[in-house]
Amino acid sequence: MEKLINEIARNKDIIIAVTYIVSAALFIIGLKYLSSPSTARKGNLLSAVGMFIAVVITLWSKDVISFKWIVLGVVIGGIIGAFGARVVAMTQMPEMVALFNGFGGIASLFVGWSAYILAPQSLTPVTTLTMITIVLSVLIGGVTFTGSLIAFGKLSGLVYQKAWLFPGQKIVNVLLLLSTVTTGVLITAPGIAGLTAGTMSLVFYALIGISFILGVMAVMPIGGADMPVVISLLNSYSGLAACAAGFVINNNLLIVAGALVGASGIVLTNIMCKAMNRSLANVLFSGFGAVTSATGKAAEGEVKPINASDAYLILEGASSVCFVPGYGMAVAQAQHVVRELGELLESNGCEVRYAIHPVAGRMPGHMNVLLAEANVSYDLLVEPDDVNPTMETVDVCVVIGANDVVNPAAREDETSPIFGMPIINVDFAKTVFVLKRSMSAGFAGIDNPLFFKPNTRMLFGDAKASISALVSEFKDTQ
Amino acid sequence: MDLLFILVLAIFLGLELISKVPSTLHTPLMSGSNAISGITLVGALTSLNSKALNDSGVTIILAVAAVAFATINVIGGYMVTDRMLAMFKKKERGTK
Repeated sequence: MEKLINEIARNKDIIIAVTYIVSAALFIIGLKYLSSPSTARKGNLLSAVGMFIAVVITLWSKDVISFKWIVLGVVIGGIIGAFGARVVAMTQMPEMVALFNGFGGIASLFVGWSAYILAPQSLTPVTTLTMITIVLSVLIGGVTFTGSLIAFGKLSGLVYQKAWLFPGQKIVNVLLLLSTVTTGVLITAPGIAGLTAGTMSLVFYALIGISFILGVMAVMPIGGADMPVVISLLNSYSGLAACAAGFVINNNLLIVAGALVGASGIVLTNIMCKAMNRSLANVLFSGFGAVTSATGKAAEGEVKPINASDAYLILEGASSVCFVPGYGMAVAQAQHVVRELGELLESNGCEVRYAIHPVAGRMPGHMNVLLAEANVSYDLLVEPDDVNPTMETVDVCVVIGANDVVNPAAREDETSPIFGMPIINVDFAKTVFVLKRSMSAGFAGIDNPLFFKPNTRMLFGDAKASISALVSEFKDTQ
Repeated sequence: MDLLFILVLAIFLGLELISKVPSTLHTPLMSGSNAISGITLVGALTSLNSKALNDSGVTIILAVAAVAFATINVIGGYMVTDRMLAMFKKKERGTK
């Protein structure tokens, strides 16, 4: 027995390395299982197991001299995390993810910061490379932290939601970037300016401050409707921050896990940008929605309102119905009544589908989660590419709180700011119901010619109330 | 250099894996990757275990804060992802 313990102690490094490899493999398999909703839950569990063994082996591997501090941190974090995960409403998932992105960033910043403080006492000489990675982990971590807090504020309405622009913004940004580079160089090569240790720590604090300001400046000019892109991008940053922290402490598990998250954020960002037919640079720097000069042709024509009982008669005779949800469905909390209406239609012998545009809602997959919460079977949730080719055969399209993603101007009007954006072609269906509070323009402030098409009927009012009215019409006649 | 090699390979692997995730699962993907980015916890634990730590109160505060924030991500991320994924069900519809 004693021999075995000695053997384990001697091979500590190998055991740690192997455990980290297993852990990384579990993260990878976990992500692989996310390729289907039927295996996804198991994948998440495997990923969690990977995390657990990585944490346990790390605790075991070091000489634990400050166990009480670890327990303190884990207990505080664990309680907050578990509480948040239990109480968060599905409509608030974008806010929660935004906040979590920020926490990942600040954790990496702190790891970089304490590595910087400990660097002079280090046994091995601190190389320039280590200093570069410290600067990177602080910088990326800081930008991710404040950027995510602003994104959270915008999503929850605490911060001005539209794009925020001011004169001289570009100059301020250039100055910020220049000071980032200056402080970064001073920290990595302290010999250059011959600064004292006291001045150096001021420079380091300046770097932290600048990274915080950069995060704020990066997200403030971005409007609420572009939040899916911003959250995806910050998701990527939080991974890259973990990566940078991994370089600081020479840990390849952090690098692999951080890279996986970074790549995930990049893929999602790319999908969101494509779905809006815009480049990432355009989303980040154009202040979309604040500029009102280019709103395309004004849509004109006659608006045809409809009431619930007439809408019911049309739905009752329909054999194919397609719901198109948008952010308005989340705001009105209408997902449960929508599912109820969908089930009533199905029992009436009608084919029901839910067409979901990638940028519907405030984060990737937002609508899918809401409908899953309302107990809609996931095989009924379809993408624009699946539903558009068959749109002519759809009897009724019900647009619930979506606007820009069904705007035919994206197809027809070359002067429209959203021209070229892939949309759900609801106007090709035989009849379109648009559920809307009033005739005001959508988030991007663009007129929507869909409202004036001959096959469009406007069902004005709160989305939840309107759908409930349809549900009771169905129930009354059965 | 070895670490950079690992980084590049892991990014390519990540791009391959994530592009296979259907759009239906993009929200759980994001919260799940939040949890994975909580791997910084391992980094925070490592710096908290460093022997030099005893000398400085600042580093203790930093490390405890790093552990706490990363734990929020790990626990909260995995729990909320599980809660979401449990809702994705496929219903049998034979009886119309």
